[in-house]
Amino acid sequence: MSDATLHTRRHAFRAATEEAPLLRITLIGIAVAGLAILVFAPLAVVFAEALREGWLAAVESLGNQDARSAIWLTLLITAIAVPANAAFGIAAAWFITKFDFRGKAFLITLIDLPFSVSPVVAGLCIVLLFGANSAIGGWLVANGWPIVFAIPGIVLATIFVTFPFVARELIPVMIEQGRAEEEAALTLGASGWRTFWTVTLPNIRWALLYGTLLCTARAMGEFGAVAVVSGKIRGQTATMPITIEMLYNEYLSVAAFSMAALLTALALVTLLLKTLLELRHADQLAAIRRH
Amino acid sequence: MHIDIDEIAKTFGGTTALLPVSLNIPSGALVALLGPSGSGKTTLLRILGGLEFPTSGRVLFNGQDATGMTVQERRAGFVFQSYALFRHMTVFDNIAYGLRARPRNQRPPKAEINRRVTKLLELIQLPDIAKRYPTQLSGGQRQRVALARALAIEPRMLLLDEPFGALDAKVRKELRQGLRDIHDETGLTTVFVTHDQDEAMELADLVVVMSMGRIEQIGRPHDIRDKPATEFVREFITT
Repeated sequence: MSDATLHTRRHAFRAATEEAPLLRITLIGIAVAGLAILVFAPLAVVFAEALREGWLAAVESLGNQDARSAIWLTLLITAIAVPANAAFGIAAAWFITKFDFRGKAFLITLIDLPFSVSPVVAGLCIVLLFGANSAIGGWLVANGWPIVFAIPGIVLATIFVTFPFVARELIPVMIEQGRAEEEAALTLGASGWRTFWTVTLPNIRWALLYGTLLCTARAMGEFGAVAVVSGKIRGQTATMPITIEMLYNEYLSVAAFSMAALLTALALVTLLLKTLLELRHADQLAAIRRH
Repeated sequence: MHIDIDEIAKTFGGTTALLPVSLNIPSGALVALLGPSGSGKTTLLRILGGLEFPTSGRVLFNGQDATGMTVQERRAGFVFQSYALFRHMTVFDNIAYGLRARPRNQRPPKAEINRRVTKLLELIQLPDIAKRYPTQLSGGQRQRVALARALAIEPRMLLLDEPFGALDAKVRKELRQGLRDIHDETGLTTVFVTHDQDEAMELADLVVVMSMGRIEQIGRPHDIRDKPATEFVREFITT
């Protein structure tokens, strides 16, 4: 049998959805090259640059007062913004999917707004609204509650920018699941609150987890909006991304990249966490999805 | 428990789902709400169960006004069209849900819940599936589990929305008999919605034919077959 007949035979038995070998190799090649250039190369560079002068220099650069303050601040902001957005996201998704009302489409668009507005513009809006020159801001500053150039402003900016993540993950899942299970729980005598905890929440937990993890990664990394509202006060309002920029501009590249590597590692840990949870509950997940 | 529906009407936004309809359901009856889709039969069933509230009119349970009663207070065993089993719970937990949801002072102890769930699984003739998840069951098994879950709360009435709609013909026949047996055994006032006239005629004591938000005819199966009251009933029965 010659190569030509083999080739035609393979053609003849190809499944309808299968692509020609050449096309398949090309597509896989493009995907791998894209991943290598856009994802793996930058990751490798960040860690390589951080470790250029050895482990000791990298760890030392993270140990000083300002760096520790930046790490602590970022973790604090994330710890406030993520639960807040998880709660907002659940409430918004619940409201949108379980009730019929006018202006629903408008509300969904509104939830997406933070994705389409530039973070810098969002930051400026917060400065205009709560800055010392505005009526609200002036009153708050006078009473010892400054928002802008202080932690509350950074929290607000972070919450705004990461607002859509949880809601957007939940809305399609909750629309697909409909209201029947909740109605069933109510007819069985459960209160609305009990129904939420025992039926609604377990049904959306994977989407909620995924949305929360994305939200966490984004909250830790937020730069634009925070840069505007924070005032970049070293040791006080400089988060990790802000500190990275400042160090980089000062040609302290080992310190900048060490901080960047740590930030990347934190994001990778959230993704690892998600994968681990998925592996651990794989059979349960499969049972639910086959429905 | 006997149920009186007194001039119940329902509109959703601008569309009318139910014109004022009245119906008396005697205690212990097995009633079919029969009609094409959009006839208002499901809306009427959901109003009985407390899942929708009427725009006007009253519902009376045993002669007492129940119109404003919440869905929880009504204690209606409701079987949903696609069964709406809790997909993340085992069959056991599904059936036990209503008992566990009771206020602490009315909640049966664990052993009693165990006993009742086991008994219900025997009643639906599926004693061995307690540990399975809904996705691991056949359509007919899911329907029976949904029925057991509704019965677990010791309901005052049984309401079923197209209970056999999603099943193939053979299973449907078996489960019809199953529902009849359970009805006869428990003596519960039972209302089910169907668009299948054979199902209504074969199973129900009383058939209510509905069309476009109106009740066209109320009667025993053979009365409806022999003496259709309107042109609509005649056509719907013969096709």
